[in-house]
Amino acid sequence: MSRIHVNTTVNGDAVDYLCEAEDTLLDVLRDTLDLTGSKEGCASGDCGACSVLVDGRLVCSCLVLGAEAEGRTVETIEGMAEGDTLHPLQKNFINKAALQCGICTPGILVAAKNLLEKNPDPSEEEVRYWLAGNLCRCTGYDKIIRAVLDTAAEMRGAA
Amino acid sequence: MAKDEFQTREFKVVGTRVPRPDGLDKVTGRARYGADMSAPGMLHGYCLRSPHAHARIVSIDTSAAEAMSGVKAVVTRADFTVTPEDQGTRDILDNVMADKKALYDGHTVAAVAATSRSAGMKALKAIKVEYEVLPHVIDVDEAMKPGAPELHEGRSQESVPEGYSQNVLARSQYGHGDIDAGFAKADVIIERSFTTAATHQGYIEPHACLATMGNDNQGDLFCCTQGHFLVRSTCAEIMGMESGRLRVTSSEIGGGFGGKTTVFLEPVALMLSKKSGKPVKMTMSRDEVLRASGPTASTSIDIKIGATKDGRITGAWGDFRYQSGAFYAMNGALGAMCGFAPYDLENLKTVGWEVVTNRPKAAAYRAPGAPMAAFAVESVMDELASSIGMDPIDFRLMNGAEEGTKSAYGPTYPAIGLKATLEAAKAHPHWSAPLGENQGRGVGCGFWFNFGGNTSVSLMINPDGTVSLSEGNPDIGGSRASMSMMAAEELGIPYRQVRTIIADTASLGENDVTDGSRVTFAVGLATIKAARHAIETMKARAAKTWGIDADAVEWVDGAAQPAGPNAGKFPPLTLKEIAATMSNTGGPISGHHEANAEGAGVSFGTHICDTEVDPETGAVKILRYTVFQDAGKAVHPDYVEGQLQGGAVQGIGWALNEEYVYGEDGTLQNPGFLDYRIPVASDLPMIEPVILEIPNPGHPYGVRGVGETGIVPPLATIANAVSRAADVRMTSLPMSPPKLLAAIKAK
Repeated sequence: MSRIHVNTTVNGDAVDYLCEAEDTLLDVLRDTLDLTGSKEGCASGDCGACSVLVDGRLVCSCLVLGAEAEGRTVETIEGMAEGDTLHPLQKNFINKAALQCGICTPGILVAAKNLLEKNPDPSEEEVRYWLAGNLCRCTGYDKIIRAVLDTAAEMRGAA
Repeated sequence: MAKDEFQTREFKVVGTRVPRPDGLDKVTGRARYGADMSAPGMLHGYCLRSPHAHARIVSIDTSAAEAMSGVKAVVTRADFTVTPEDQGTRDILDNVMADKKALYDGHTVAAVAATSRSAGMKALKAIKVEYEVLPHVIDVDEAMKPGAPELHEGRSQESVPEGYSQNVLARSQYGHGDIDAGFAKADVIIERSFTTAATHQGYIEPHACLATMGNDNQGDLFCCTQGHFLVRSTCAEIMGMESGRLRVTSSEIGGGFGGKTTVFLEPVALMLSKKSGKPVKMTMSRDEVLRASGPTASTSIDIKIGATKDGRITGAWGDFRYQSGAFYAMNGALGAMCGFAPYDLENLKTVGWEVVTNRPKAAAYRAPGAPMAAFAVESVMDELASSIGMDPIDFRLMNGAEEGTKSAYGPTYPAIGLKATLEAAKAHPHWSAPLGENQGRGVGCGFWFNFGGNTSVSLMINPDGTVSLSEGNPDIGGSRASMSMMAAEELGIPYRQVRTIIADTASLGENDVTDGSRVTFAVGLATIKAARHAIETMKARAAKTWGIDADAVEWVDGAAQPAGPNAGKFPPLTLKEIAATMSNTGGPISGHHEANAEGAGVSFGTHICDTEVDPETGAVKILRYTVFQDAGKAVHPDYVEGQLQGGAVQGIGWALNEEYVYGEDGTLQNPGFLDYRIPVASDLPMIEPVILEIPNPGHPYGVRGVGETGIVPPLATIANAVSRAADVRMTSLPMSPPKLLAAIKAK
């Protein structure tokens, strides 16, 4: 069976891989590129645990084919910190106990970072609706929403 | 003896909000969950599942699949040649690989291991299974009737009276006093029937494992579980191997809530690995998780409570019928024990029933059995309070359990916090805040046990004065942080000086599962005692260094010092200093503690919720939610709050949305997160947690487990709020918009 050769950019690095036509971008990230930070919770776009950015757009990587990444830029949780410097969202998720089991955390962080880039001053309601596609079963969302709002305020203050 | 453990003290580390040791891994994507591990030469395993709710397996032909390129092993029940001695383990085997019958939609009948997913999927399609479809039963009350389709033969326990189908496996009874005399004294009696739908724990991480097993009968298993020691013993029994030859390592766990306290894939993966001679990785899809891992029981419950006009309950009765899926589970009994546990009752009788149906085998779900029982009891309590014109909190306070009360399940309570949660709720501004049109406020109480159980902890003093702590319970809510905190507190050193890890089954003594809200209590207790053990050794080393008697040394603020002026005049020796010289004073120092922990407390909570009902659509909005719960002592308040908030929101989903929906053919109609809808961020307000601290006498720091009680009150609390907002009593969960709208229209 011949596989598809894809050239793309992942977390700033040029990457190429072979994938089968039915492989999702999530399959490629996890199984081919060993970037297991993106999680598969449903494989149907309902839980958001596999959230990544493709050309800056927030998507469920389980709903994108690996072949579709050709010529695009993909950003995953693994690219969020710069070296050993965490993004303020990552820092606040630790310090404000915004995670319990942590399985939804990568997807939520990717989504929240994307929100703050588009809207540095979101209301609580805006954060709740932006993250409505990211399921968390442990926290009841309370501390997640607070961590995102606090980070937004902190980043506005720092800017 | 265990009751005298608690001693008042001033805490330095316990009660602070330190960062968790697994935080960095979890915010960077480095943390390794069940599906994140790979092995060289690894195969991928997949299950073939029954499309029928109930069917005799006439034949299975795997020959075409076995002959396919890339297929390395196919297993069916015929490969599992060992019959486990224990009935519970036989049930687990029958659940992970069907024997003569498929008992529910999704029941595994065969499995393959292949070099790729596509080869595995093709192989599943090539397996030919001939089924003889049998009549099925889904509803608990239907399943109990004589003449219902029966799943098993000869499995009913002696406790089951004549006149029921063989699906009724057990009946249990609790209570005290004389309920007939009690009801005779009542001025008002309310009797109602309730139903609740089956719901799923809904952890976001599907079950996953990586198994390596050879013909030398040695194995290694990496899996997401709430208890890797239980995985070891269960799998070893099913595989017919000695448990010491199987090493199980727990991955990071992506949520469990009780659903990962058993095995599903693990024995199948081990058998595929044994047969193929290669490592096999298996991961469930979401569809498989919902169809074939443990949901909770659906229930049908009758409650009758009588009270005098001035608010004293004179008699209470409850009949709790729980279906546990295709195999026995003790859920109805737990409902019968827990429903009335918040109250001081003179005359009480409860009966619990365990019933099997053609659904997946129920697994524990956070305070298993209790939320549904509380829904029924607390709904009648609410109606009763209204009918005698009493405030619902005052009514509960008047009848509330306290120290010395004989509990609904038998024992007499030591110090408990129920009334403290009710008083706190009454005093909170939420209780007196104004409400608008179509809005209603509800209150509800809940109880859950705490468990102790087998626990082993090792605490190593490293040469540089840092401390390594090994525990054997998967960390599901921040327990590595809590254990480090308790070790640091006891040793008198900074939190950062201790690192806690979860050891595999070959590196530590036996540990019971992370369940029963037991870890912070029992592993915490063992951690404190392991630290005390290490302190004794360090005191002896200091005594040796000083040339004085070990009894003349005390441990203060992380250092040994002479116990008094008579002991001699020596400057204190810190833990770090003792560690640095330990090779000269007798060798390595560690402390450990192994025990079946006693002294677990019980736990109570009270919730308040405001809802708004849309009379046009029947949709319910949660406007405000406050949780009051007794934590004994909150070791890490952030994580206690997280448990309270998370439990409440799971309860909100159970009350309003979540439901296993079955078709006429007995197949699950909503096996995905789109149609099995758990609460999302935009459904909810902030959840305000109020922690009360009534020390558990059985723990040195007063700790109680907090993990489960938070899901007990919400079903009733929300039902009471909705019933007041819509002015119609809701007795069936979930209160989905069509159901509520129909009730409003029928008013």
